[in-house]
Amino acid sequence: MSEIALSVEHLSKRYRIGLEEKRADTFVGSAINLIRQPERNFRRLVSLSQFGSNGEDDASIMWGLRDVSFEMRTGEVLGLIGPNGAGKSTLLKILTRITEPTGGSATIKGRVSSLLEVGTGFHQELTGRENVYLNGSVLGMGKSDIDRRFDEIVEFSGVERFIDTPVKRYSSGMQVRLAFSVAAHLEPDVLLVDEVLAVGDAAFQKKCLGQMDRVAEEGRTIVFVSHNMSAVRNLCKRGLLLEGGTVVEDGPMDEVMNKYLEVDTETLPEEVWDDPSTAPGDERVNLRAVRVTSGGKIIPEIGYSKSFDIEVDYQNLIPDTEIGVSIHIRNAMGDLVFTSSNSPDANQGNDSWYGKPLPVGIYRTTCTVPSRLLNEGGYSVSVYLGGGFIKDKIVREIDVISFHIKDMERDTREFQGEWLGVVRPMLAWNTVVVKNG
Amino acid sequence: MAKSLPDSSKSSYVPDGEKQSRRIGPTSGWRLIDFGEVWEYRSLFYFLVRRDVKTRYAQSVLGIGWAVAQPVFMMIVFSVIFGQLVDVDSDGLPYVIFSYTALVPWTYFSGATGASTTSLITNRNMISKVYFPRLIVPFTAVFAKLVDFFIALILVGVLMAWYGIFPSVWAILLPAYFLVMVATVAGLGMWLTALAIQFRDVSYGIPLAIQLLMYLSPVVYPVAIVPDRFRPIYALNPMSGVIDGFRSGLLGATTPQMDLLIIGGIVATVLFISGAFYFRRTERKFADVG
Repeated sequence: MSEIALSVEHLSKRYRIGLEEKRADTFVGSAINLIRQPERNFRRLVSLSQFGSNGEDDASIMWGLRDVSFEMRTGEVLGLIGPNGAGKSTLLKILTRITEPTGGSATIKGRVSSLLEVGTGFHQELTGRENVYLNGSVLGMGKSDIDRRFDEIVEFSGVERFIDTPVKRYSSGMQVRLAFSVAAHLEPDVLLVDEVLAVGDAAFQKKCLGQMDRVAEEGRTIVFVSHNMSAVRNLCKRGLLLEGGTVVEDGPMDEVMNKYLEVDTETLPEEVWDDPSTAPGDERVNLRAVRVTSGGKIIPEIGYSKSFDIEVDYQNLIPDTEIGVSIHIRNAMGDLVFTSSNSPDANQGNDSWYGKPLPVGIYRTTCTVPSRLLNEGGYSVSVYLGGGFIKDKIVREIDVISFHIKDMERDTREFQGEWLGVVRPMLAWNTVVVKNG
Repeated sequence: MAKSLPDSSKSSYVPDGEKQSRRIGPTSGWRLIDFGEVWEYRSLFYFLVRRDVKTRYAQSVLGIGWAVAQPVFMMIVFSVIFGQLVDVDSDGLPYVIFSYTALVPWTYFSGATGASTTSLITNRNMISKVYFPRLIVPFTAVFAKLVDFFIALILVGVLMAWYGIFPSVWAILLPAYFLVMVATVAGLGMWLTALAIQFRDVSYGIPLAIQLLMYLSPVVYPVAIVPDRFRPIYALNPMSGVIDGFRSGLLGATTPQMDLLIIGGIVATVLFISGAFYFRRTERKFADVG
């Protein structure tokens, strides 16, 4: 068994997030606020990096990472996955020493190189050659290392002819290729790579993945962050799933990925608030239930070829309130797939209650999502209730319910693989003969 | 095609057992600058200085000539106003060379202090994407501006030849004055850039302060007209001694004021050391607050 190359113990990092400031209601109040602005700014700027001893419960503190521990052996390739804001980049930034942890520690053996961005330090006025040296040294290569590998780097990038031209005359693709070539020729013991393959054309991406594969075969330790699931699966045998700053799953890549692509099992296809005093809302309106139904049943797994309804129940407490309902649908990656509301702008049909003052009572607003629109996978629903349309948000319930779309007829289809893309709409296709012979 | 793909056998990478371990954890308190680490990154420092010098006057016709333009034009303005109209005493020297000799170190001081103050802000993208000793950032500005300084200094030589002025024996002190000047700029640079990345006010206020400070330094007038009772305070500005030293060493009309050199040197040392400690103490939060 090879030695430990990287060991992370109870690593934590907290950040301060901005809080809404109190607004004054009076003219005098606003004037005083204006005069005291510099003092408040000063406090805010200082507080960005200072935490009191009672900091734990402060509403403005966010834990980017909380008690993360894992170990890697030399030659291991780890894929770090998780939704946006899970702490993946924060973890890389700590391991590369860009930022310091608040608690815990990490021990790394050997030379570390990181690739959080391609082309850091690139300057438009400098030539390709000068930028190779500059970028290489930014990434921790010495001048002699770069001298030795210069020809290889330039050849890999395919911009030999323009190497003495300022990069501002390059196409953006050429710049990226050159920048990536520098990065691909680093010789670290431990390589930390963030989502950087999203750039460049498909052929070059493939070349880079190949280069990275080669690096891995040489016995280097790699941590790889990506939303490109097929790239992660190809490169990494081991996966680490981060959510909300903590490690949720650590193990073989396939298992971790399955866990990730499952939506959070803590939320269900239905959420009900029986007690009006604890229901989200204010003195005007309360949210009472949110559910997803298909074929009249509340089910967590919906067939790709079935349409389904998202139902929002709410209670109006004051006569003549105007209430608009809107929803956000996110997929398991945290991408916002679509938003909709019952306003005429987003409604195929006609919601006769929209924009009308509602009498006191309980209402149900239903959104019907057509079949064959969402791709397979897990989804979550966020619900917003507002007086008027968006202006006055009374209820804002994020990721309150979840459901899955599954292609039940996959076995009978011609193509049985996975369809790429956020959505999987059925579109009209047709072929005609334009010219015979 | 003999070499189409990088050949892995060419790679010098050898996994070995004798590698350095690095422990990453929270740090606190006052620490010394890790000069060993700065040395490891010397190529980065070299290429950043090169980048700054090469790109500053890129795509301009005069190019590096702009390094001389600023002190020359100020010298012309000062010579007309203070040399002709107001007739300020210039130690018996032609006002042109009297003011230009002062403007060369002064232009370096104001330019390098300004550039190093904003250096962390202009390079914050790099700081948030890659690790290197942060000290390299303000030092790059301090060193890149030295190129302008030396180019502007050549013109002092030309003017000396024109007016037939020879350097005095006090020219042997010039390296000391040079050190005081660079240490002052580096010390201020470390302090101010570490403050500016947290409070942008600093980067707005510094150009103002530098402008005022010029009149508190003997740029347009000789040191001799400063009343004795203000002398101890006046000496606290290291640039007073530096400008006096350049004039006495190169033009030889006066002897160097030793009190200015010694007090200025002490102030510069204090600025440099305290700046290094303050920078080191705050650098861990640059990436978070920048």
